[in-house]
Amino acid sequence: MKLKYLLPLAVFVVIAIFLGVGLERDPRLVPSPLINKPAPSFSLSTLADPRRVMTRNDMLGKVWLFNVWASWCVSCREEHPLLVALSKADIVPIYGLNYKDNRKDAQQWLDNWGNPYVQVATDMDGKVGIDYGVYGVPETYVIDKKGIIRYKQIGPLTTDILKNKIIPMVRELQG
Amino acid sequence: MRKWLWVMVFTVLPALHGAWADSPAPNPNDAAGALVSDMSPAMADRFRHLTLQLRCLVCQNESLFDSPSDFAADMRREIKNMMVNKGMTDKQITDFLVARYGDFILFNPPLQSNTLMLWFGPFILVMIGAATLLIYIRRRRRAPAESELTAAQQQQVKALLNDRGGENKA
Amino acid sequence: MIPEIGHFALMLALCLTLVQGTLPIIGAQRNIPNWIALAKPVAQGQFVFIGLAFFSLMYAFVAHDYSVLYVAEHSNSDLPLPYRMAAVWGGHEGSLLLWAFILSIWMLAVTLFSRRLPADMVARVLGVMGLVSMGFLLFMLTTSDPFERLIPAAVDGQDLNPLLQDPGLTMHPPMLYMGYVGFSVAFSFAIAALLSGKLDAAWARWSRPWTTVAWMFLTVGIAAGSWWSYYELGWGGWWFWDPVENASFMPWLMGTALLHSLAVTEKRGSFKSWTVLLAIFAFSLSLLGTFLVRSGVLTSVHAFATDPRRGLFILAFLVVVVGGSLILYAIRAPKVGLGGRFQLVSKETLLLCNNVLFVVAAGSVLLGTLYPLVLDAMGLGKLSVGPPYFDFVFAILMAPMVFLMGLGPIARWKKASLPDLAVRLRWAFVISVVTALVVPFIMGRWSPLTSLGLLLAFWLITTIFYNLWSKIKRNPDAPWRELARLPRSYYAMQVAHLGVAVFVIGVTMVKSYEVEEDRSMAVGDTAVVKGYTFRFDGVVDRKGPNYTAREGFIHVSDKNGDEVTILHPEKRIYEEQANPTTEASIYPGLFRDIYASLGEPLDNGGWSVRIYYKPFVRWIWFGCFIMAFGGLLALTDRRYRFAIRQQPAVGEATDGSRDAPKGAPSLAMESKH
Repeated sequence: MKLKYLLPLAVFVVIAIFLGVGLERDPRLVPSPLINKPAPSFSLSTLADPRRVMTRNDMLGKVWLFNVWASWCVSCREEHPLLVALSKADIVPIYGLNYKDNRKDAQQWLDNWGNPYVQVATDMDGKVGIDYGVYGVPETYVIDKKGIIRYKQIGPLTTDILKNKIIPMVRELQG
Repeated sequence: MRKWLWVMVFTVLPALHGAWADSPAPNPNDAAGALVSDMSPAMADRFRHLTLQLRCLVCQNESLFDSPSDFAADMRREIKNMMVNKGMTDKQITDFLVARYGDFILFNPPLQSNTLMLWFGPFILVMIGAATLLIYIRRRRRAPAESELTAAQQQQVKALLNDRGGENKA
Repeated sequence: MIPEIGHFALMLALCLTLVQGTLPIIGAQRNIPNWIALAKPVAQGQFVFIGLAFFSLMYAFVAHDYSVLYVAEHSNSDLPLPYRMAAVWGGHEGSLLLWAFILSIWMLAVTLFSRRLPADMVARVLGVMGLVSMGFLLFMLTTSDPFERLIPAAVDGQDLNPLLQDPGLTMHPPMLYMGYVGFSVAFSFAIAALLSGKLDAAWARWSRPWTTVAWMFLTVGIAAGSWWSYYELGWGGWWFWDPVENASFMPWLMGTALLHSLAVTEKRGSFKSWTVLLAIFAFSLSLLGTFLVRSGVLTSVHAFATDPRRGLFILAFLVVVVGGSLILYAIRAPKVGLGGRFQLVSKETLLLCNNVLFVVAAGSVLLGTLYPLVLDAMGLGKLSVGPPYFDFVFAILMAPMVFLMGLGPIARWKKASLPDLAVRLRWAFVISVVTALVVPFIMGRWSPLTSLGLLLAFWLITTIFYNLWSKIKRNPDAPWRELARLPRSYYAMQVAHLGVAVFVIGVTMVKSYEVEEDRSMAVGDTAVVKGYTFRFDGVVDRKGPNYTAREGFIHVSDKNGDEVTILHPEKRIYEEQANPTTEASIYPGLFRDIYASLGEPLDNGGWSVRIYYKPFVRWIWFGCFIMAFGGLLALTDRRYRFAIRQQPAVGEATDGSRDAPKGAPSLAMESKH
């Protein structure tokens, strides 16, 4: 059997391997280029009190979760009970970014379903979201003491991801 | 069974919309047409070309120009803002977006270390093809003519031809 | 009841494939006449059962049977009858059934039109097709059953995807499937030849018409899909290099290479093992396309609802079929003889160049389509490959191809002379260059790509006419007699190549000279595009059978103020699915289309409107249809018509040592073109 006749088979095997691996992956997921880069700064009014302003620098020195949500978002409802439980467990402070929403609806939503957030920044026009590379809701960022983004969760949080990825990472960053 | 129907409804319909995540209904005033209506023709043309090169991350095979999703509308507004109010060049705008969303937002993959194979691949293939072709042809020219009969076979042919001389019916 | 019959019919068909895929092949290897004889009746039985299943599903749709899950997902009580029937292939499970049904149609055709083939050959061909069919039936019965019941039944269905409720799109999948499922015949012939160890010119002669028919359908299917996107999607685009489009285009490229390679193998006995490999590649790409569309591995606006479990099954099937055939190839191909000799400059070489370019083109499309996946799998990042890449690479590869197409038909077999060709074609070249420079001048805008495209198109046209003229020249007193003497296959080639030229003109002119205007228009506003005045006359609400529409009125007048037409672009909302769809309005013409579509309603009562001027856009699809017509001409060539009228051949004997059918007329009619 001459070697050159095996070439097409070899090429096919390589392609098949990639296709097999590809089955495991989600082509829709867009990874963030901001990992290990400083979280973009922002200065937004809070949901609880419009006159108060919240900035990124406020959180320097601690590890925190930044959760992007909105009252019109159906998937956010899925992860919300997890966030509420997490906030009660007192492992890491959770800050919210209310994305392209209005105050009344957002406050109502939190009243109905619980408020896990230390503070909520209101991003009415989505400009801060663009800076963070937000393209859908919900999304969650893990940010360390120096203000560097360490992880981005696209889509709702699950117990699995919290247990196996986020909480261990938070513990490690907290030292 | 009914459970499956509801599962289908909640997965197929959003899937049809092209997004796993949620987005609010688009504002018609952010349709590309509305946005360019107050731009100069040259600027409108530039806007169109630029947004056609960028991918909507929500409806992933549509451009920012065409996509009806809210994300695309936001992007269009931002790009218009950057172009008209901040006077940024096309490169500055794309760099801005790539810094936040990654290379994936570009329809045209940039020439960088992980795309070398992509851009040079076809030409490498052509070279291989052309080289194989030349080698093959050269070898064939030098190869002996096919069907060289052995001496015994030549005898057989002669015998057959003599035998069958008369009754040549195949 | 009927769906259960359909389901049972599928199971019976599967049992038949277990027989068809094994006994005839073994019978041919071991020379067991009874097993060989099984092939045809079993294949015909398959056609009956799969057909029964197919029409049972269609019946469920027509009769509004929402106790069948698939019908509930893709139909609705208000859905008009023709679309209810077409909805059979509107989703994943049903389109698989269509795939299997069309495969059984091809199997039936093989049983009916193979009287002149040796029985053991037919047995092997049908056996391989049976194995392919087995895979699809298993796939359906294990993971994608179209007859699955919904209990309790739905009150009403979710309706067919509105984009599919369109005459163009109902025909597109069947045409497309006839095409790339049809390549399974060429594939089966190739495998049969490898199995029997007899790879010769006769094999090429038999495969050729089957390949031509499949290729014709695929050409028409792809053209139909492109034309549909143009008028349905609302922004005048006709090709997006979307992974699913690429999935159908790659088999076409490989199939075209195969057609040309088969011609050489038939006439000169050369390239035998290469042609076999091409046949394997063409069908492999068809299967790969099936995988890509259904596995969720790539994102696409076309893809069916995805499920990795299904993807795994198809991948396994792909590995078995393609891997198996390539192993067989590696074992058997080296033993095949070489065929006739030829020089560096010759028709053979030019055709080999054709093959190389087409295969590289298919490979490049594959590279671009899979690259994001490969990079992601290796953790090297995530990027996307879109039209700019494909347009660039494809144009660069096809430009030399089109140039060589001018030389190929004129070059001699075995040995041609480059200087001779240059001299003979010098006027063709000059005329092409002149046209390529003059046309942009007339149109008012020039770009190097425009001229390149026109140069290549006119090069093709002038070389075609030169070729005709050189035939007439032999006997200038009786030109018509000379032309009448030329075999139809000659005309087929010239027509198909002419189709390519028409296609290139269409693409070049549209891309170079199209105009798009995007305006917000209030009622009464006008816009001027290319001398035509467009006046927006407002929007009216209208009700259709299963949708409500907002219909716009755009009055179009020409330079003199005379009314040209009234365009009616619409925005439709289908009751069940609540996603708006755009229906563009087109004023077609031979040399230009005028096209309008509605965007979004604005606050002031106006609308955003898109107006397009598309010169020569129809030539894109005319070109494709002309190419397919060329294929049809090739099929009606004298040798095939003569062959059908011939008596059944001696080769029916179980002694499979005789390959060439008796009295093969085509050998005597080999023309030297």
